Amino acid sequence: MRSTAIRRHNERVSQTIEAPVEVRLPEGDEDYDHDRPWAVIVWNDPINLMSYVTFVLRKLFGYSKEEATKLMLQVHHEGRAVVSSGEKEKAEFDVARLHAHGLWATLRQD
Amino acid sequence: MSGRRIKRDRKGGYRLALPREERELLASLPRQLREVLKADEPDPGLRRLFPPAYADDPEADDEYRRLMREELMEGKLVALRVVEETAYAEHLTEEDLDGWLGAIESLRLYLGTQLDVSEEIYDNAPDPNDPDAAAQALYGYLSWLQEQAVEALSAGL
Repeated sequence: MRSTAIRRHNERVSQTIEAPVEVRLPEGDEDYDHDRPWAVIVWNDPINLMSYVTFVLRKLFGYSKEEATKLMLQVHHEGRAVVSSGEKEKAEFDVARLHAHGLWATLRQD
Repeated sequence: MSGRRIKRDRKGGYRLALPREERELLASLPRQLREVLKADEPDPGLRRLFPPAYADDPEADDEYRRLMREELMEGKLVALRVVEETAYAEHLTEEDLDGWLGAIESLRLYLGTQLDVSEEIYDNAPDPNDPDAAAQALYGYLSWLQEQAVEALSAGL
């Protein structure tokens, strides 16, 4: 993680999440197995502020500040983090809520 | 530029302490983004506003977009309207500030995609001769304001 001061506005300290070069997921199965849960993944991106990502995870999933910060940092350091999982419909709903908040989220069956 | 622009007040709302010129700027931005959103030709700068849900399954992703795109679009348009309608307000409700946060997010995603920003944007002093200088300054301002909105709203979580 890099803490970067924005010099345009002296007092501001703003941090973003860095972009992946390319989003590449393993090939999914053609026939989804209904017993295996679906994972909701948030991906690193260069635009969203770290504070904003933490806020959205708290607001949407009820994570504590510590839990949300840990997930945000995982996104930042490892390029992605699983933020929720469950049945396909629920996972898709969560992805849509994350998209409504501007986060880069996908779902896939684990 | 100094001082906090958005502060939580005792009534569960938020005080908006913005100078006139910032309000004028913020009031003018929603119309511009709405025109991009409603244009017949899809603007590649919008791709981060409507990301894929299925990275490795185009068929499933098409179905997701078919189901969700209109709702996602409506949410973004509602947020832009909130900023237009409350740009000169002294107080915002929590719902209003949620709209502000959403509108600022959409504007940052669009501008950031157009500018192809990386973390380095924060490391380099702005070059006034850069043709993107104005857009970069706007992006920087919106980032700063978003931090403040996040901070104010986080206090209410």
